[in-house]
Amino acid sequence: MSFDQTTIEPLLAVSDLSVEIEGREGRTVRAARGLSFSVGKGRVMGVIGESGSGKSMTALSVMRLLPRAAKVTGGRVMFQGEDLLTKSPRAMRSLRGRAIGMILQDPSVSLDPLYSVGDQIDEALRMHARMGKAERHARAVELLTSVGIPSPEDRLDQYPHEMSGGMLQRVVAAIAIALNPALLIADEPTTALDPTIQVQVLDLLAGLRDRLGISILLITHDFGVAAHICDDIMVMYAGEVVEMGPVRQIFDRPAHPYTRALMHSSGAPEGGNRLPTIDGSPPDLADLPPGCAFAQRCPMVQPRCRAEAPPRRALTPDHSAACWRSEEIPA
Amino acid sequence: MTTTDAPPLTSPTLRRAKRRLTTLFGLPIIPVLLLAPMVICGLFGPWIWPHDPLGISFGIRLLPPPWLEGGNWSYILGTDQFGRDLFSRLIEGARIALIVSTVSVSVAAVIGTAVGMMAGYYGGVIDMILMRIVDVKMSIPPVLLTILIGAALGGGLATILISIILVFWADYARVIRGETLALKRTGYVQLAKVANVSDRRIFLRHLLPNLAPTCIVLMTLQFGASLVIEAAITFIGLGIQPPASAWGLLVADGRTYLSTAWWIPTFAGLAIALTALGANLLGDWLRDYFDPKLKKR
Repeated sequence: MSFDQTTIEPLLAVSDLSVEIEGREGRTVRAARGLSFSVGKGRVMGVIGESGSGKSMTALSVMRLLPRAAKVTGGRVMFQGEDLLTKSPRAMRSLRGRAIGMILQDPSVSLDPLYSVGDQIDEALRMHARMGKAERHARAVELLTSVGIPSPEDRLDQYPHEMSGGMLQRVVAAIAIALNPALLIADEPTTALDPTIQVQVLDLLAGLRDRLGISILLITHDFGVAAHICDDIMVMYAGEVVEMGPVRQIFDRPAHPYTRALMHSSGAPEGGNRLPTIDGSPPDLADLPPGCAFAQRCPMVQPRCRAEAPPRRALTPDHSAACWRSEEIPA
Repeated sequence: MTTTDAPPLTSPTLRRAKRRLTTLFGLPIIPVLLLAPMVICGLFGPWIWPHDPLGISFGIRLLPPPWLEGGNWSYILGTDQFGRDLFSRLIEGARIALIVSTVSVSVAAVIGTAVGMMAGYYGGVIDMILMRIVDVKMSIPPVLLTILIGAALGGGLATILISIILVFWADYARVIRGETLALKRTGYVQLAKVANVSDRRIFLRHLLPNLAPTCIVLMTLQFGASLVIEAAITFIGLGIQPPASAWGLLVADGRTYLSTAWWIPTFAGLAIALTALGANLLGDWLRDYFDPKLKKR
């Protein structure tokens, strides 16, 4: 089973990844169940889903930074042709930061309040690159320029509390790309910012992709954000990928009722004055029902859905969905 | 964010005026005034004291302070039962107090902070083992611990130091562990890990400086507490031994003379109380000073 977006070998190919979290009293939460997806070189993959759908766990398992209680129980994470899950901790450490960069949700806590912006960029450079002090300084200025920060020389001496959220997120992005990583993981990078700044940060990410050929795994719960810069989208529900494909195709023709519901609940309300919502709440990941995980909330549910989980199947060569009734879903 | 809150009760002008009254060169006046005598006497004792604190002269036993009948201006706080100058003995006591407080609080802070950071940062089994040790420590009454150590080592400076360190370190461990747990989850520690910054560097560069304010406030408060404990240990006879001088010893020796020569225990008691008060006030002030929410107004 392969859902590669590109015919050439993808940068990151995750197959059959399963993550379990050991809860209290022997409860095992299945945070990810048989995830398969791939991110091509220079492409932006959007990971969309509600809270608790396993988006962040997916990103953390790629980084091998899962919390202590969580364990990868199966699957492979191929990155640049190597399986990250079997790498030694030492090899993994040298890969992080150098080959994979990360941006987090809240820029106000992403930088240490006690050091100037320049010091923090410098720290990232020192960890991997063999550069002299002057070289690192020049590189820091270059990085700030490339993320669109005006008068970078002056900004280097400023402290995080002297900068706005949007500026800080740019600095975080500068640090993330400091060592020319091939992959950037952005975990809700715009959620904590206000809407005008969100667009700027998204444009920045798109610019980095275009100029540096960097691949981006963008985690978000907002279809608008995904539509803005993603090439491909994977929709996650209850630890599974329920739909995946190029962003245009999914927008024009969603093939899973959950995708459709998400799209409608993130848009502006049509006619009525109530924001459309999805009734019910996601299933308990420690006690999943048989059949499709979305069945309880699905407007198109059939008896078959409750008995038998639908496998993800290809609708077009690069668009796939896990629903028995994909073909009947209205746009 | 729109602010529709009512204006704060203290206006900036009022606050500035208050600050001008309570601080001098950026330092709080009252705590510094209370602590300064002890620190100055502790550091420069031999140059300050008018008489040898150990010099016995039976001719002038139990001399009252000069403002009372029979007093002598050369002994401004009177003399004790052996005719030793009380003022000089108080200064000698300040030296002991300064040494004991500084050394014990610093060592306790280093041990406790290290334990707290390790427990908080690494979590899991390390956290469990270290925190259970803290729990065990917390369940032993400090007085009992001190008596135990006194019984093993005999009285003296070492007993005081070890007792105070053993009593105090766990407080740091608890507080610092909690703060580390919170810091560990902040973006910059996570991103430092992502950027392959070593644990050692995360500890020294990111955790420790961010923990420092908490640590300094706690040290100041414990500085006051250590004075009281030192006096208490000495009072029950397990600390500084005569003929040396310590504030606790002066209170202990003087209590039998309370009805006839009240000045012996009273001035020493005052010294303990006021210095400890100064340390506590300074601790409160530092806590506000380091609180980012109260700062920059």
